Amino acid sequence: MYRSHVLVCGGTGCTSSGSQQVIQALRNELKNQKLQDEVAVVKTGCHGLCEEGPIMVVYPEAVFYSRVRPEDIPEIVSEHLLKGRIVERLVYHDAQVPEGIRSINETAFYKKQHRVALRNCGVINPEEIDEYIGTGGYEALGKVLTEMTPDEVIQTILDSGLRGRGGAGFPTGMKWRFASGNRGNVQKYVCCNADEGDPGAFMDRSVLEGDPHVVLEAMAIAGYAIGASQGYIYVRAEYPIAVERLKIAIGQAREYGLLGKNIFGTGFDFDIDLRLGAGAFVCGEETALMTSIEGNRGEPRPRPPFPAVKGLFGCPTILNNVETWANIPQIILKGPKWFASMGTEKSKGTKVFALGGKINNTGLVEIPMGTTLRTVIEEIGGGIPNGKKFKAAQTGGPSGGCIPAEHIDIPIDYDNLISIGSMMGSGGLIVMDEDTCMVDIAKFFLQFTVDESCGKCTPCRVGTKRLLEILEKITDGKGTMEDLDKLEELCYYIKDNALCGLGQTAPNPVLSTLRYFKDEYIAHVKDKKCPAEVCKKLLTYKIDPAKCKGCTLCARNCPADAIAGNIKEPHIISVDKCIKCGTCLDKCRFGAIYKE
Amino acid sequence: MKSLEELRAIREKMNGNIGFRSESSDDTRIVVGMATCGIASGARPVLKTLSDEVQKRGLKHVKVCQTGCIGLCQYEPIVEIYEPGKEKVTYVKVNPEKAIDILEQHIVRGQAIDKYMLHVNENM
Repeated sequence: MYRSHVLVCGGTGCTSSGSQQVIQALRNELKNQKLQDEVAVVKTGCHGLCEEGPIMVVYPEAVFYSRVRPEDIPEIVSEHLLKGRIVERLVYHDAQVPEGIRSINETAFYKKQHRVALRNCGVINPEEIDEYIGTGGYEALGKVLTEMTPDEVIQTILDSGLRGRGGAGFPTGMKWRFASGNRGNVQKYVCCNADEGDPGAFMDRSVLEGDPHVVLEAMAIAGYAIGASQGYIYVRAEYPIAVERLKIAIGQAREYGLLGKNIFGTGFDFDIDLRLGAGAFVCGEETALMTSIEGNRGEPRPRPPFPAVKGLFGCPTILNNVETWANIPQIILKGPKWFASMGTEKSKGTKVFALGGKINNTGLVEIPMGTTLRTVIEEIGGGIPNGKKFKAAQTGGPSGGCIPAEHIDIPIDYDNLISIGSMMGSGGLIVMDEDTCMVDIAKFFLQFTVDESCGKCTPCRVGTKRLLEILEKITDGKGTMEDLDKLEELCYYIKDNALCGLGQTAPNPVLSTLRYFKDEYIAHVKDKKCPAEVCKKLLTYKIDPAKCKGCTLCARNCPADAIAGNIKEPHIISVDKCIKCGTCLDKCRFGAIYKE
Repeated sequence: MKSLEELRAIREKMNGNIGFRSESSDDTRIVVGMATCGIASGARPVLKTLSDEVQKRGLKHVKVCQTGCIGLCQYEPIVEIYEPGKEKVTYVKVNPEKAIDILEQHIVRGQAIDKYMLHVNENM
């Protein structure tokens, strides 16, 4: 038995900031000071505050240390773990108050959060099934198998109001009901979509890394509800830690008999296998995902028939996203009313967002539906760095749109986001400040969809390419006002005609920036200016002769030899040679270089 | 595993372990002085005993923590009990056996043990 638990984050964020080395140093130092039998080291999943990693939490005091380096370990061990004196300098800054230290739950980052899907992330060791069971794991599976009929399970999910967390927001219970007919007479499948591909989104990865058993348990519950005996988790190969932990979790669950034949002695059989995706964005689309599991090239097919009727290997299939699965066991245990008490009228529960871009606290946050964007950005996110002004937030990745500053007080839920031309998407939330060019952003996402279009249907394959070309023309300063009309027309054409969700939503970033930032497009076209000073072709770098001291620093650093001038005399930038890399602007000590 | 009972047995076993990782501030705190003076007079086994016993007995809402030197080095090892809404109780010259008495009588049954407490002596 241990008298203290030291939790160190082993998520991808903290692993890349060095948490493995911290764990190693900690184990060594505990041995040195003969504390290895008194203090347990637990490698957990993501705590959400990736910006401040590596994260370490020491219980029973619940002290939250941030940015811990291996060099700090001897001090933590001899001061805190041995003598009980908290190492103040390493305590997460927002937890430090004049009276000492406050609970991490009182800090701005965690205060407004409500962790349901992430409840075990950062709390348990994901590679230890006993820890999951210790927090009530597999209790929900036991409950449905021994106390509930399959139809009662589906009714419970329906009553909870849970909607798909993968993006489209389709009611989960309905999906299950559609696939529930003819139980026991036909082969059916349960699939988990863990092919998280939106740029900047990483909530599914964090659940898989921090609490893999919750997904297994939820899939088994769904298997019971619709009468399926086999499940597949389709996870991207680019998530090595998640894949590893899933493998361990499946092995442990089989060993305990929580997967396999005759679970809990009830005669119910269910097993799960992994399928690794090779990195195609389109495989996150449900029909393409199933085609890929079948061993074919990952391309979508028209719907109907829907997967609930004719899915994987032609059999009825339900497919839910990782975060959706993570909510299921809690709904079974605490009841649909508990779940429906959180959120807004039509969007129940919580949503996990991956907060990124121009924001102080990058990381993972889980908030009740209906929380305003302002709360997320100003309170949880800690505002925008360097005192810049908030311009817009992008949700839904390449399928979504932007929320401009004028809508910052809108409560975030599925329907509100659609009404302002964006969408929930899987939960990427990228914050942009005044230095961001919205035409450039639209171009960035279009570049992504052009790369990722599978090529099966023409509207997407050719249409997105033409959209991108028009956008490039505009950012090159060669656009005309007619181009703006053409752009919009083409957007609607692609939306109406593309085969799958990828193509149908690909024009959203363009449409939403056109809707809220048309003046920026016009500035690029008419004035040949980029108001945010991002689009290189529309910028010229100049030297103010009154400020230039002729120190030659810029000329010596210019990679294109575009700056000329004699020593101690004002220099000049040659417009023809300048490649607009910005090196001179960064190097000049006198603020003599400017762009316009 | 073939039954829910087996699952619950694992859960019970892990409960002390995971319940440990709580953030609640309404818990009873058992604080052991673990400065150099405390450690020198044997506070480490006292701390370990208290922590193990709390988990073994599955006592909920009880935390065992360390603290630094209270200033009464001659009375170490010192154990202080903070219960929400009650006056702090200080036990002195504690050893593992006394620690178990304190847990059984004070924490479980709610009866403070007078003979282990610090008594202010005029001639000190």
